[in-house]
Amino acid sequence: MADVITYRQAVAEGIAREMRRDPAVVCLGEDIGAAGGVFKTTAGLHEEFGSGRVWDTPISEQAIVGAAMGAAMTGMRPVAEIMFSDFLACCWDYLANEIPKVRYMTGGQVTVPLVVRTANGGGLGFGAQHSQATENWALTVPGLKIAAPATPADVIGMMAAAIRSDDPVVFFEHKGLLATKGPPAPPDHVVELGQAAVLREGDDVTLVALASMVPLALAAAERLAEEGIDAEVVDLRCLVPLDAMTVLGSLAKTSRLVTVEENPYQGGWGGTLVSIVADEGFGLLDAPVRRVAAACVPLPFADVLEAEVIPTVDKVVATVRDLSAY
Amino acid sequence: MTAAPRTADVSDTAELLALYEEMAVIRRTEKAAHDLFLSGLVKGTTHLAAGHEAVAVGASAALRDDDYVFATYRGHHHALARGATPEECLAELMSRASGLCGAKGGSMHLTKASGNMLGSYAIVGAHLPMAVGAAWSARLRGTGQIAVAFFGDGATNIGAFHEALNLAAVWKLPVLFVCENNLYMEYTPIADVTAVAHPAADRAPAYGIPGEIVDGNDVVAVREAVDRLAGRARAGDGPGLLEAQTYRHFGHSRADPATYRPAEEVERWLKHDPLDLARGRLAELGVPAGTVAAADGRAEAVVQAAVEAAKNAPAPDPRDALTDVWADGGARWRT
Ligand SMILES: Cc1ncc(C[n+]2csc(CCOP(=O)(O)OP(=O)(O)O)c2C)c(N)n1
Repeated sequence: MADVITYRQAVAEGIAREMRRDPAVVCLGEDIGAAGGVFKTTAGLHEEFGSGRVWDTPISEQAIVGAAMGAAMTGMRPVAEIMFSDFLACCWDYLANEIPKVRYMTGGQVTVPLVVRTANGGGLGFGAQHSQATENWALTVPGLKIAAPATPADVIGMMAAAIRSDDPVVFFEHKGLLATKGPPAPPDHVVELGQAAVLREGDDVTLVALASMVPLALAAAERLAEEGIDAEVVDLRCLVPLDAMTVLGSLAKTSRLVTVEENPYQGGWGGTLVSIVADEGFGLLDAPVRRVAAACVPLPFADVLEAEVIPTVDKVVATVRDLSAY
Repeated sequence: MTAAPRTADVSDTAELLALYEEMAVIRRTEKAAHDLFLSGLVKGTTHLAAGHEAVAVGASAALRDDDYVFATYRGHHHALARGATPEECLAELMSRASGLCGAKGGSMHLTKASGNMLGSYAIVGAHLPMAVGAAWSARLRGTGQIAVAFFGDGATNIGAFHEALNLAAVWKLPVLFVCENNLYMEYTPIADVTAVAHPAADRAPAYGIPGEIVDGNDVVAVREAVDRLAGRARAGDGPGLLEAQTYRHFGHSRADPATYRPAEEVERWLKHDPLDLARGRLAELGVPAGTVAAADGRAEAVVQAAVEAAKNAPAPDPRDALTDVWADGGARWRT
């Protein structure tokens, strides 16, 4: 095994491991076959598994996700790619009205075990229709599980859990992390959905982050350490199921909370998390909670403008510094 | 805004020379965008339209200045053909405050609303229903304008294409659907994912719309076809669809070397270059080579000056990230 693997390679590796294990796993999406996907996140799958299991589709997001649903209802475990998460809106009926409801509406008769994978988030200067962090869209829909790994090993472990899940999972791969490297995942690595990870221990403040905001929060924690502020960093990993207990456990130690979200403040997951804390952990707090999130504006194109809108290390550091003085 | 098409007759050598020069400006602007991208001055991505010039220029020549145009992320040529300057476009690509969209849009969203070029959309197929709506609005207001949606062959497989065609046909709206069929969606040949030979033209009749095919590299042929379809649409005979056969010279987007294209296919299409074709027509009409070379020289000078001006333009003020969300100019969503 190589001693490092990129996040991008981990996506293909995670899918490949499940395809080897389970012949019911099939992939479909635009340019995912011989081309290996526009982000090269399916590279090698077509070579290994052939066009009988890795299917190129037309530009037909409704057909991709609707067909994945039909296949999932009838014995397959499809992994559908929606190239950029922004395009989830094109198949939103399936994601919001059909897939997450059919099990419930049918009194548990029909199950939809599928994964919709998609490249999420900003930081690459792709403009307003190719840069959104859309995990909060899915968060509003009861019945979807939501995974958003931050490291290559987690990509593999969570992909295994997602594909094996009997429930539909929206799997957000962050564009800004694709080139990042990390230790490879051991064989049979599975990270159950709904388990946050404490990536850095600290006593003064809890930073809760997701996906690309995780390395950003870690970088902020290093800067804060130089100022004598000891931050604990929690990688949420999943929004549904949401590991609130790990966050409350961390708060019991630090008594200060900052969420770091790439999605817009309005409707972001941090809002849900802090409402749980207000409800169940108010007594743990020594200070108000703070949310560092994107401004409620479409993502602008130019770097200087984008940095103004989404969280940066500077913004996190300033927020924590301010909160520590409370 | 004038109410007449910009050119009267392309057998008129002066008009054809003007179309040639427009194409030459677009070609050089795309080359400049490519080079600036390689030198790190253009961020994000670009989808160059070098090779598609005749579609934009030929179609625009047949339109009135007040007709509406909607384009895709591969829309530099449409923005330029509808009056955006190379300087405005390159400044946008280079994240300058003087860019067409104040550096908020970028390459994929070039828009020149003052020229009724109502935008470039990066969600495939999204703008076809918008063009239908613009045509409907023109009908409601009785202006005699038409709307044109330019899109790729790949867009014909998304639901919005089919819904737009049907609505336009049942409401008999003055809208033209112009497909730039360059044989590929991203890296996948359109033929691999579409069951008919002409993804746009073969399907239009199913919606009661005449579907025509044209050599999209021949600026005169495109102009004539759009002229005819626009005339029908303006006369109240309903929508038209044109499938323009063309080819992109570069890969799909900035990082794509397009190695999936067979060498002989590339060669065949490069020999069928829209600028060469127009040059051939000019020669047939007896225009001296020196006159054409002078047009090339002017195009070169315009684009070079545009590159310099855009390079020297200031970056946007970071505070502008929070303007333009609402019609009052700001971004306030709460008290
Ligand atoms: C709804 C949607 N799905 C997928 C994409 C990704 N994508 C961007 S361009 C493209 C290919 C489009 O091909 P075509 O319509 O033929 O236009 P061309 O790029 O050839 O001009 C794809 C799949 C997108 N932008 N929007």
